[in-house]
Amino acid sequence: MEVGVLALQGAFAAHQNALSECGIKSRQVRVAEDLEGLSGLILPGGESTTMSNLLLRSGLFAAVKEGIGSGLHVFGTCAGMILLARQVSDGRDDQVSFGAMDISVQRNAYGRQVDSFETDIEISGLNAPFHAVFIRAPRVSRLGSDVEVLATFEDSPVLVAEGNCIAAAFHPELSLDSRVHQIFVNRIENAVVASKS
Amino acid sequence: MTVKRGLAEMMKGGVIMDVVTPEQARIAEDAGACAVMALERVPADIRRDGGVARMSDPEMIEGIKAAVSIPVMAKARIGHFVEAQILESLGVDFVDESEVLTPADETHHIDKLQFAVPFVCGATNLGEALRRISEGAAMIRSKGEAGTGNIVEAVRHLRSIIGDMRKITQADSAELFEWAKRLQAPLPLVQEIAETGWLQVPLFCAGGIATPADAALAMQLGAEAVFVGSGIFKSDDPAPRAKAIVEATTHFRDPHILAKVSRGLGAPMTGIGMDEVNQKFAERGW
Repeated sequence: MEVGVLALQGAFAAHQNALSECGIKSRQVRVAEDLEGLSGLILPGGESTTMSNLLLRSGLFAAVKEGIGSGLHVFGTCAGMILLARQVSDGRDDQVSFGAMDISVQRNAYGRQVDSFETDIEISGLNAPFHAVFIRAPRVSRLGSDVEVLATFEDSPVLVAEGNCIAAAFHPELSLDSRVHQIFVNRIENAVVASKS
Repeated sequence: MTVKRGLAEMMKGGVIMDVVTPEQARIAEDAGACAVMALERVPADIRRDGGVARMSDPEMIEGIKAAVSIPVMAKARIGHFVEAQILESLGVDFVDESEVLTPADETHHIDKLQFAVPFVCGATNLGEALRRISEGAAMIRSKGEAGTGNIVEAVRHLRSIIGDMRKITQADSAELFEWAKRLQAPLPLVQEIAETGWLQVPLFCAGGIATPADAALAMQLGAEAVFVGSGIFKSDDPAPRAKAIVEATTHFRDPHILAKVSRGLGAPMTGIGMDEVNQKFAERGW
């Protein structure tokens, strides 16, 4: 299995470290050809406006959207969650997103950098708390009925899943704890098993 | 510290642009900048005007914060912790303790561990980088020579910092004591580099970037993102140049894309040779 990490801008290197902790080979994705043969794709944290801009200019937007439509597994963190959401508030008018998850998110909802924080959260399926880092984080303001909530913080969903997509408002790649990445890897593996049976 | 360093991590692969008005900030965001640096004069003008360069007017910084949704940075003078306190209270996302402004203290840098806001500091060599990290910097950038449009000093600084890190990974444990002494840097930080091969915080390039090729050069040398100061808004046509530098920073290893984005950008800033520079900003900082 090989997982791609969108490397237009943002914390892609940290995600590659986390994947390698899970024993998974990874590849940086900057142009459409880089998507070939991937089992999954991580949309990292960074600036969603910058990524949206570069996705359109590189031609990757259409390629990734098509990939998600045909079942490519995607994991979005922070800005990556914004890219997966159906509705985005407090973004730029020309900002694009894949709309692959039936959620609405508010950009930078927790405030500026001085309001960024870290805290322990309970994640469904993990037997010990996960230390989550929130940086200028988005907040999920609406959930579609098919969206599964895997973790919440202060009554807001912070880790959600729907079909072949999973999204976190926090940054599991900064925690030196690869359990959330393992959840993503397991989802890919389970889907492969399910399709074979 | 994870939260402070985390924001630096989010800016990797991106371009941070100097802007002096809300309008320039919007051009920067439109072009795909991952952050802007709000200041009253770009380094080229500070160099030309002379006199004392200080923190920007809070009103001007607030105007820029209101204009864009991306992170906003601002500069404080070296050692001027009160300017840093003011910038923190304004809610800027990163403070640059910058040699481009006139230093306020000839011996001490700001004790950055006392702040919630993250700091970026310039460095010309690894010792300087590690001293700034020990004071709490969450990001290191090369100093280069700001306001010259000349990349040569930034290349020197990146090669020095990264080259010494490579040598340290080859050193045995006894040699690390000598490295710490030579670099005038804390031993535990030197030992950590021997283990990991890299700085404790992201290393960005600043000082003299004027073209897409300059940005890609910095990235290929090992910088993890770039700052562009005077290079954009002192050029003939800032908006397309800003876009081109953003694309060059992302696709820094792809000469075909670099050739494509370098076309028809108009004249870059004129720039100055190092033998014509009468004040080296990079010599400020201790």
